[in-house]
Amino acid sequence: MDILYKIFVDPFVQMGTSPDLLVQTLWDGLVAGVLYALIALGFVLIFKASGVFNFAQGIMVVFAALTLVGLHEHGVPAFVALALTVGVMFILAFGVERLMLRPLVNQSDIILFMATFGLTYFLIGLGQLVFGGNPKVMITSDLYLPSGAIEFKRFGGYVSLQKIDIAAVIIASVMVAVLAVFFQRTRIGRALRAVADSHQAALSVGISLEQIWVIVWFAAGVVALATGIMWGARSEVSFSLQIIALKALPVLILGGLTSIPGAIVGGLIIGIGEKLGEFYWGPLLGGGIETWLAYVIALGFLVFRPQGLFGEKIIERI
Amino acid sequence: MRAPSSREAALGEVVLAVEDVLLTFGGVRALAGVSFDIRKGEIRAIIGPNGAGKTSMLNVVNGFYQPDSGRITFKGEVRRSMRPYMAAHGGIARTFQNLALFRGMTTLDNILAGRTLKMHRGFFWQLLRYGPAMREEVENRRRVEEIIDFLEIAAIRKIPVGRLPYGLQKRVELGRALAMEPDLLLLDEPMAGMNLEEKEDMSRFIIDVNQQYGTTIALIEHDMGVVMDLSDRVVVLDYGRKIADAAPEDVKRDKNVIRAYLGEAYVGQD
Repeated sequence: MDILYKIFVDPFVQMGTSPDLLVQTLWDGLVAGVLYALIALGFVLIFKASGVFNFAQGIMVVFAALTLVGLHEHGVPAFVALALTVGVMFILAFGVERLMLRPLVNQSDIILFMATFGLTYFLIGLGQLVFGGNPKVMITSDLYLPSGAIEFKRFGGYVSLQKIDIAAVIIASVMVAVLAVFFQRTRIGRALRAVADSHQAALSVGISLEQIWVIVWFAAGVVALATGIMWGARSEVSFSLQIIALKALPVLILGGLTSIPGAIVGGLIIGIGEKLGEFYWGPLLGGGIETWLAYVIALGFLVFRPQGLFGEKIIERI
Repeated sequence: MRAPSSREAALGEVVLAVEDVLLTFGGVRALAGVSFDIRKGEIRAIIGPNGAGKTSMLNVVNGFYQPDSGRITFKGEVRRSMRPYMAAHGGIARTFQNLALFRGMTTLDNILAGRTLKMHRGFFWQLLRYGPAMREEVENRRRVEEIIDFLEIAAIRKIPVGRLPYGLQKRVELGRALAMEPDLLLLDEPMAGMNLEEKEDMSRFIIDVNQQYGTTIALIEHDMGVVMDLSDRVVVLDYGRKIADAAPEDVKRDKNVIRAYLGEAYVGQD
């Protein structure tokens, strides 16, 4: 009985008695969720338009952040470095299309997937060669990103919001909104969705696959840069950051690989679920459940709804 | 139906000329030196038994396949290497034998996608949905609505095409090709798998497109009745070779054609 009480009653009693901690936990979860969503978004963009599961998304985050910080270290002003990094991400997108996707066109998905492994190691090598392997500090203040925290007394205690987290949530929301409008309402967005649906038909109406691939990889690169800045500001810019890409996997399973709203909702569910689980139920298992809880949630989804919350249902006509 | 002889006289200049086109896949000759032309304003049928190379021919014309040799002249210019989106830029639209639609998108968006090349405003204007980009979107939307009215598919404008019945999907695909305002429209078995009523509707649309908009059409079809009724001239392919090229009523009596379709025993019979 005692264990049942601890699982089903005690956590909710705690939530009720100290709402400040609940609000704090929810906020932390929201922030983590938004950042997971951003990473997942990078995957979704590329998968939607080219059917490639881009394993290199994680390292693209690191590479973008590293380029930004590295350029700044070499004396380039922060915003010039930011613009240059966007340029580098464009060159990367262009190079990927020319040297990787184009020669492998019409190959099976697994071949392309393996090629993105190759891309991962190439980017790790290139990043280390050019900028060195040491962890770096994100140039937060040079980019006029706020630091410090807002604390306020509410809910019978103190709630503290990191300003950088608030900025992250705002920037991520704007990015997602822009991408959503772009996808739904513009010619290029329509072309992207068209390519995702049928390569053959897209070609026949005059859409150039090459151009679309460069655009999506570039968009994913820009999303990676934003993610890199935000994560970098919260911890540091190092190659270990690419592990966060693995956190996007449960988000993708939850949200579906092809859905932008799915990536967002999935990210939030994973982020908030993880923090709540850790805080309220973690102690029962000796803590540290944050690292694996997301995968358990995803596993449950795989069993009951394999296409994800918003993914396209797979219907095969026989 | 119509008087082919008078129509033939009214046919315009050559839009597309295919000369001695050879296409091989490994050791298989899909097209073994095929030549024919398509003239402005006509409905040109390409027929032949299964595996004759009809679809391969269309795929060569709109750049999905590169011929091994031979010459293709489109609108007076000899084409070099061709890619499908370049063909689309040049004014060639097509539909596919096994439907190639954007299944997740609505009828409206599918047909709007056909107007991709008519829209030129840059990325940022589009994102802002302001000024010229907005006007462009509105103008193209208006053209699309005309096509929707023309094809009588107003009721399914907002439905994702993956959910539509087959006959309507074929119609949406035609609409998307029409949205490109093509100089040459390639139709690959537009009536395959349709019932009689749907075939009649589709035939009517094809004739209307040809007469109202003056669109030049190349059409692959198996239904002989349809071919005889619609087309001005017919090319017959068999094993990658052209075995006849004439008006429909002459093709019907051609010995080689009867042999290819029905076998030696039927040659000479009526």
